[in-house]
Amino acid sequence: MEPHGVWIYAIAERVATAPLGQLKGVGGGPVRTLAAAGLTAVAEDVGLAEFGADALRRNLEDLDWLDATARAHHRVIDAVARQGPLIPMRLATVYSGDESIGAMLTERSADFRAALARITGRQEWGVKAYAVRQSEPGGAAEPTTGPASPSAGAGAAYLRRRRDELASQKNARRETLASAEIIHAELSRHVAETRVHPPQAPQLTGTKAPMILNAAYLLDDERGEDFAAVVTALGEQHPGVRLELTGPWPPYSFAGTGEREELSGITA
Amino acid sequence: MESRPEVEPALVPTAVIRHRPPPEPATHTERPATHTERPAIRAERIALVDLLDRVLAGGVVVSGEVVLSIADVDMVRISLRALVTSVSTLARAGADPEASCQ
Repeated sequence: MEPHGVWIYAIAERVATAPLGQLKGVGGGPVRTLAAAGLTAVAEDVGLAEFGADALRRNLEDLDWLDATARAHHRVIDAVARQGPLIPMRLATVYSGDESIGAMLTERSADFRAALARITGRQEWGVKAYAVRQSEPGGAAEPTTGPASPSAGAGAAYLRRRRDELASQKNARRETLASAEIIHAELSRHVAETRVHPPQAPQLTGTKAPMILNAAYLLDDERGEDFAAVVTALGEQHPGVRLELTGPWPPYSFAGTGEREELSGITA
Repeated sequence: MESRPEVEPALVPTAVIRHRPPPEPATHTERPATHTERPAIRAERIALVDLLDRVLAGGVVVSGEVVLSIADVDMVRISLRALVTSVSTLARAGADPEASCQ
């Protein structure tokens, strides 16, 4: 048999195995559970040729592999999360065997129980804010005068226009950053915990509008609708900002040690 | 057991993404009025970037034998950024309007 390790998806108190029967894990194999210290780890046996340390480093650079693996990891976590509270593990947490997982569960059981208590009955929602251009500075472009050959004057005018444009974009950006802080502060009033992720690069979001807030909020299950209403209202109050709400997510951003990141995560 | 449609790799953002069917109808901050009726619940599609924010930056980190270290995670994120940056830089090269304005 090929050398294998054990990939962990999540830790919960109890996990019913029947609903896991149809799930395929990151390695295409069955998902199973193993218990220790009154906790249950959701796991899969994976070949080290693909999931060993060196292979992981290589594979994580492969966007297609990363995409498929991240989605498979999430699919299992999402399915287990429907049963009850769980602590999601970071992608690519691989152990050498069940014994070492059992030892880890035993050693960290107090931490895991505390984390489970914090997230029980709660879900994560994501809010992203983009700066949107409200109106084109300078209005309609000046009509182009004369035929094709551009003179030096036309070039200078172009550069001046371009400079003004950039300056006004900078101002608008400052304003929208202030809006993002207000929005984050307001949303934080309605939630149990917050965590600010770094803004996503425009190349990755596929939209030109710069992201000015990328935050996660942990809130009670039944508050989802109210929270969405607050997001909608804030979007209307801040026309220079476009808000996107995602969720509910399993509590990925809140299952850790409870560290809170402040708004400094927002970069200009 | 339901089988979810496999989602294709996505680097584009979706407007509002529902990951789990149960709770409330989807909300959208841009055009709430158009979202009064519940969209097809299985038309879910998570942007990869949103997912990576969570599975790479979130989740619990425990020490094990074969664990991806924080440094490795950073490396992944940096090289992903480098990848997309170089692709878009290549695409832009030669198409810069200011270059024609000398």
